[in-house]
Amino acid sequence: MDITFNNVSYIYQENSPFAHKAIEDLNFHIPSGSFVAVIGHTGSGKSTLIQHLNGLAMPSRGEVTIGDFHLKAKEKPKNMRELRSKVGVVFQYPEHQLFEETVVKDIAFGPENFGVEKAVIEERIRDIIPAVGLSEDILERSPFDLSGGQMRRVAIAGVMAVQPEVLVLDEPTAGLDPRGQKEILQMFYELHKRQGLTTILVTHSMEDALKYADHVLIMNKGKKYMEGNPVEVFTQKDALHKVQLDVPESVAFLSKFEKRFKYSLPFKGQTVDEMAEDIRRVVQGGRIDE
Amino acid sequence: MNNTLIIGQYVPGNSLVHKLDPRTKITLIFFFVFIVFLANNVVSYSILALFALASMVTSRVPIRFIMKGLTPVWFLIVFTFILHIIVTKEGTVWLEIYSFQIYSGGVFQGIAISLRFFLLILITSLLTLTTTPIEITDAIEDMLHPLKKVKFPVHELALMMSISLRFIPTLMQETEKISKAQASRGVDFRTGSIKDRAKAVVPLLIPLFVSAFKRAEELAMAMEARGYKGGEGRTKLRELKINARDIAVYLLFIAVIAGLLLTRGY
Ligand SMILES: Nc1ncnc2c1ncn2[C@@H]1O[C@H](COP(=O)(O)OP(=O)(O)O)[C@@H](O)[C@H]1O
Ligand SMILES: [Mg+2]
Repeated sequence: MDITFNNVSYIYQENSPFAHKAIEDLNFHIPSGSFVAVIGHTGSGKSTLIQHLNGLAMPSRGEVTIGDFHLKAKEKPKNMRELRSKVGVVFQYPEHQLFEETVVKDIAFGPENFGVEKAVIEERIRDIIPAVGLSEDILERSPFDLSGGQMRRVAIAGVMAVQPEVLVLDEPTAGLDPRGQKEILQMFYELHKRQGLTTILVTHSMEDALKYADHVLIMNKGKKYMEGNPVEVFTQKDALHKVQLDVPESVAFLSKFEKRFKYSLPFKGQTVDEMAEDIRRVVQGGRIDE
Repeated sequence: MNNTLIIGQYVPGNSLVHKLDPRTKITLIFFFVFIVFLANNVVSYSILALFALASMVTSRVPIRFIMKGLTPVWFLIVFTFILHIIVTKEGTVWLEIYSFQIYSGGVFQGIAISLRFFLLILITSLLTLTTTPIEITDAIEDMLHPLKKVKFPVHELALMMSISLRFIPTLMQETEKISKAQASRGVDFRTGSIKDRAKAVVPLLIPLFVSAFKRAEELAMAMEARGYKGGEGRTKLRELKINARDIAVYLLFIAVIAGLLLTRGY
């Protein structure tokens, strides 16, 4: 589903002395099937932004369009439930939303609410459990007896079992060990590819954004600060530093390389291995663009 | 974040009323509740009203907030007024609608009682508007101190109060977060039958309780790790102190009482 923000502003506690503008005049367009990374300092409005994607927040001004759904100030769409079944949101620390007696019941909770048939749900759970890296034998256990990482995976499975078309991820790997972080992101990426999802990932990791996203949106103080393809955005070191963001390690490495060896290797989104290959060529006296 | 909004109705500020020692404020309000009953004529009511008005103006709390605090009691005030007009049959008849008479005494009585009510609520809401809950707790702990002699757990009570107050905003944020997460999973908190809505609360309450218990355990552990072992010999970060301005306000208040005693009719 295409997503469009048209002059969207969002004000918390509007018409009170505590009114706080969390998003201001936001405009962007996300074509169906993209993988978008939303990056920004804490408090820059990322979480507020993504709540507009399934109508948890209604724009105070402007309009949000998701597929055929239109969200405008004071104009709730009648088919909110349908919108929420099509837009799955994995919140920060999603394990806090677990509540059922058993893992299997918790995963089935979402699809049941959206009216998916029991047999279909069972089938989906069978598929989703290995995909999120869990084993079948935890299905009958209480979600509260699991480790933090396992709880996170159960919660993610609960969102995936609805089979949304748009997947919204708010810092889905915060607080996990490095390996768990990698596995979970990789899993989302595979689901994104396999099911042709539109994915919006809120992250603090430039590396992850570079690796997975085909479009990057940088937020600063509630406004769009930069937007574009990852290579374009991540090579603008000074602009990023201005909003307390770093460039990805590979870009930082290349600029150090240039300083040290007085040789400029252009950054074009290469992986570490490709970069090593480039350097090997340079060292051996060749040209990188061969 | 914006805890100020979530903790009760405290409106941050820097006015004289904000800066008064919370014990002063509580003591004055305690006595105000009594002296309100001293007033019984136009002059003495004016003195009371003037005092309340002056406190309100000095506090610089926007009038909107004060009015918002009063909304739940407007009905009661109006109801009292009407009741007095109907029931009291003193003085001269002012108005006669069919066989129903409105007496001057009823109108006066109605105004007087409603005004009393209004002033009381105004002054007490000024306390919560200008004092943080933590200050109020500290003041209560200090004022209840003598009860320690009879083994009343003053410190523990105050600690319980401040911990609860401290975690109200946290709980509110958590409630909001979890209800958003469950709404995303298709829970509808707003529509449906009473039974449906009651059922919708379960996915909200269970995670809330789980995290509240977890947090309580962590807090207890953190407190013990930092050597907390009850109130014995504990010093305070925020020492309460009676300043010149508190004395001044006490004197003013005594003047108000004197004024009331002199002007009220006996
Ligand atoms: N429920 C809320 N009530 C009031 N203000 C809020 C609320 N949630 C967030 N904010 C404020 O809105 C701004 C943006 O917050 P958020 O969208 O959570 O940022 P991010 O996810 O980028 O850290 C922040 O300044 C934050 O304090
Ligand atoms: Mg956030």
